[in-house]
Amino acid sequence: MSKQRVVVVGGGLAGLAAAMKLAESQVQVDLMSLTPVKRSHSVCAQGGINSVNEQTRQLGDSEWKHFDDTVYGGDFLQHQPLVKEMTEWAPRIIDLLDRLGVTFNRTPEGYLDRRRFGGTLFKRTAFAGATTGQQLLYALDEQVRRWESEGRIQKYEFWDFLGPVIDDRGICRGCAAQHLLTMEIRVFPADAVIIATGGCGLIYGRSTMSMACTGSAASRCFQVGAKYANPEFIQVHPTAVPGADKLRLMSESARGEGGRVWVPRRPHDPRDPLQIPEDERYYFLEERYPKYGNLVPRDIATREIFNVCVREGLSVEPDRQCVYLDLTHIDRHELDRKIAGILEIYEKFQGVDPRDVPMKIFPAVHYSMGGMWVDYQRSADGGLVLNSPTNHVTNIPGLYAIGECDYQYHGANRLGANSLVSCIVSGLVVGTGVETLLKGLPHGAAADQPAALFATALSQHEHMHHQLLNRPNGRENPYLLHQQLGEIMTKAATVVRTNDVLDQAYGQVSELAERARHCSLSDTGQWTNQNVVFTKALLDMFPLAKAILKGARMRDECRGAHFKPDFAPEGISEGSPTERRQQAEAWCDRFEEGNRRWLKTTVADWRDHEPAISYEDVDVGLIPPRPRLYGLVGAEVIEDVWRERSARRPAQSSQGSAQGASKPQPKPVGA
Amino acid sequence: MNAPSANASNGHSVSASKSDHPEFFQVRVLRQDQPGGDCYWQRYRVRYESDMNVISVLQRIAAQGVTMDGRAVAPVAWDCNCLEEICGACTMVINGRVRQACSALVDRLLADNPQEIELRPMTKFPVVRDLVVDRSRLFRALQRVRAWIDVDGYQDQGAGPRVSREDQEQAYPLSQCMSCGCCLEACPQYTKIEVLQQAGESAAEAQARTEAAYDHGFMGAHAISQAVLFNTHPTGQMAASQRLEQLTAEGGIQVCGNAQNCVAVCPKQIPLTTSIARAGRAVTVWAWKKWFDR
Repeated sequence: MSKQRVVVVGGGLAGLAAAMKLAESQVQVDLMSLTPVKRSHSVCAQGGINSVNEQTRQLGDSEWKHFDDTVYGGDFLQHQPLVKEMTEWAPRIIDLLDRLGVTFNRTPEGYLDRRRFGGTLFKRTAFAGATTGQQLLYALDEQVRRWESEGRIQKYEFWDFLGPVIDDRGICRGCAAQHLLTMEIRVFPADAVIIATGGCGLIYGRSTMSMACTGSAASRCFQVGAKYANPEFIQVHPTAVPGADKLRLMSESARGEGGRVWVPRRPHDPRDPLQIPEDERYYFLEERYPKYGNLVPRDIATREIFNVCVREGLSVEPDRQCVYLDLTHIDRHELDRKIAGILEIYEKFQGVDPRDVPMKIFPAVHYSMGGMWVDYQRSADGGLVLNSPTNHVTNIPGLYAIGECDYQYHGANRLGANSLVSCIVSGLVVGTGVETLLKGLPHGAAADQPAALFATALSQHEHMHHQLLNRPNGRENPYLLHQQLGEIMTKAATVVRTNDVLDQAYGQVSELAERARHCSLSDTGQWTNQNVVFTKALLDMFPLAKAILKGARMRDECRGAHFKPDFAPEGISEGSPTERRQQAEAWCDRFEEGNRRWLKTTVADWRDHEPAISYEDVDVGLIPPRPRLYGLVGAEVIEDVWRERSARRPAQSSQGSAQGASKPQPKPVGA
Repeated sequence: MNAPSANASNGHSVSASKSDHPEFFQVRVLRQDQPGGDCYWQRYRVRYESDMNVISVLQRIAAQGVTMDGRAVAPVAWDCNCLEEICGACTMVINGRVRQACSALVDRLLADNPQEIELRPMTKFPVVRDLVVDRSRLFRALQRVRAWIDVDGYQDQGAGPRVSREDQEQAYPLSQCMSCGCCLEACPQYTKIEVLQQAGESAAEAQARTEAAYDHGFMGAHAISQAVLFNTHPTGQMAASQRLEQLTAEGGIQVCGNAQNCVAVCPKQIPLTTSIARAGRAVTVWAWKKWFDR
């Protein structure tokens, strides 16, 4: 196996998990990353990592309940075998992280402490202070450094993935990449290329994501034939702190401790907020949702804040969207005791003490549920066939995708503290699968491919690079185009979506994409040219932006993070019990009809410079879809009707629309 | 350079009075086109916006592409990623103090010096270009002290060792080190090592020569602190003597001159000098033990 190599692109949790797993199995790994892997975006995760545990088990929790919460939270849009596998692995993954030395918070007896997160009733979340992502990433980074010191892993930090090398049979034989300092372009022959490059938040200009999260690697695969699934599902977090450079997350606990959200009734009231009297303040969440007030569910809070600024023009500032999140009425010692950590972040970055001055917040793009389309092999018991090289492979043999940049696990909406699990699970799963692939290599080894294949790929990428550097001086500024792209995408494809705005945005993005072809480079040098690297990433944002817009335009329904008011289900109106019952029956009919039509994976193909959309069935063979009725008028009647219908339905067979069943596998293999 | 970090929450609310801000402000950047090249100052004029940090200043400079006197120039190169002061990438010397550009707020900087903001690359690492420096020596030091746990493998083997709250509370601050390099920039004993590729030398040969040079240099406070972190972990301490061996080798803990600048500049307030003292004691005990065990 010594001649065989695997390239892992991206050094966040998923990429590091895959790299260390492969290294353990004697595979030579080239680990490529835009930044030193220790600086990857996974460090930004704060809350924690979910799994069933001994404490929750005693209260009736199980792997199955974690599985159920995850698919219910995701509005049933995810293939269930992967989710089942993830929730079964989760406790063992936390055990492994514990063995790797993660400084998890402890109970007085020395066990892992747990906290409660959204979308569940159980305290499933293990955490290390408020920097869980950082701590987990460091543990895996340390293991990778250990393998690096033994020569099993070769790091290529400050390298930009330019695209897979695909032969004329459509098989991935390696990839091309460019060194960000020397600008050298090189091809890396490999028997498998694993993309683990995270989300694509930079398409929205500013988001809670890091600067490396441009989506360019996924886009470069998409543009040469890899499918991209569920692009329209983008999670928007209700409360982030707008900065000139980035939107930083502000935890929900600020509202949990009594924080009130408001805007001045007079648009852009220039007065000091503390001087605006009560009756001139619009506490819109409290007024519109008297029962839940400021603690409405996340998606509703996000939508309302967005509406009040964007549609009603009541933003606090005229040139920037934001509302007040006000804690100034709460005793400061009380605040310090409960939420000092997040207040210090606000203070550090805003230079203002939120105990004295209301915070200015706005929803922010936070996570890409969608991503590169990847396959899996379903086992007889409804989980995954571990060791299968089909798991996490894209439609291009030899090309894999894991972590946030694939589309699995989270469906239409991700639950908090599930992303860290999915990243590590997918990394370990792909590790064992690729190991199997290397033993068989049904398509032959990369090392045996003709040199011309790699030489051609190299000269193509070099040609493209020089063309970009030497093109006639255009008039477009890539940084300003990026800003405009972000504005269009944020307006059209975040919280509230309507078909006319999406249509308009598609036209505008196409126009911008055209203009971007005439970008003028302010640096044409061949040393650490960040200008050309940024311009390339910008050019690659347009295909994914179009896929997001088109996926959203075509999906005429509401599901998870995708909200179209024109297609929102209405509640049950007042009437006699019989009338209400009839309405509920009709509501459930519409729900079932909606699922028949839209409980599908959106699949985008890049054809003739435009995304082509098709739909695929979702494997819901284990837990049948049921309505999410939170906050809907008449929910109780609908629930009754739905329960009766479910009881009448014949028991589901355990065999859904899986790609292929096989004999049961002994567990566990990975963690 | 060794002034205490202004990141500590001291309760000041500097930007409360934003009305007196200027319409434009000046930024002076120490630029360098390539490794070993000459450095030179360049000035830019940036329009003031509220809530700016040094990252957004550099973004504006890149977008406008001209110096103060209207000359079109290549954008300033700089390193960044998370912009939340948790990845460590954007470390540079701002108004004379080493810190992260993302948490360096323009309002505070202008309050200290309304004339201009001065940006320089770190001085203890080779400059790649402009504000980008090569910090691979820092990561190399983590290999030197074996900053990891030698687990048997990644198969399921149940939970890790139980850890008391007290031990976790000691370990957690050390594990927050983001390898930013502030402690090394401020350290008088940590001197710059720059190895330039020579004519006729391959990149791999230059790399090997660089690593050898790094391994003779001072490892720095961050690496000593990581050695302490892993030597106090129940599993990690099984390899303690290997780490102590490294701490006593050339470029180890004995180089520390106890200037205590490291702890003063650490943006995460990691008790680096406490770590150094603990490592010093452990090394002494270990050396005696080794002598008696001969």
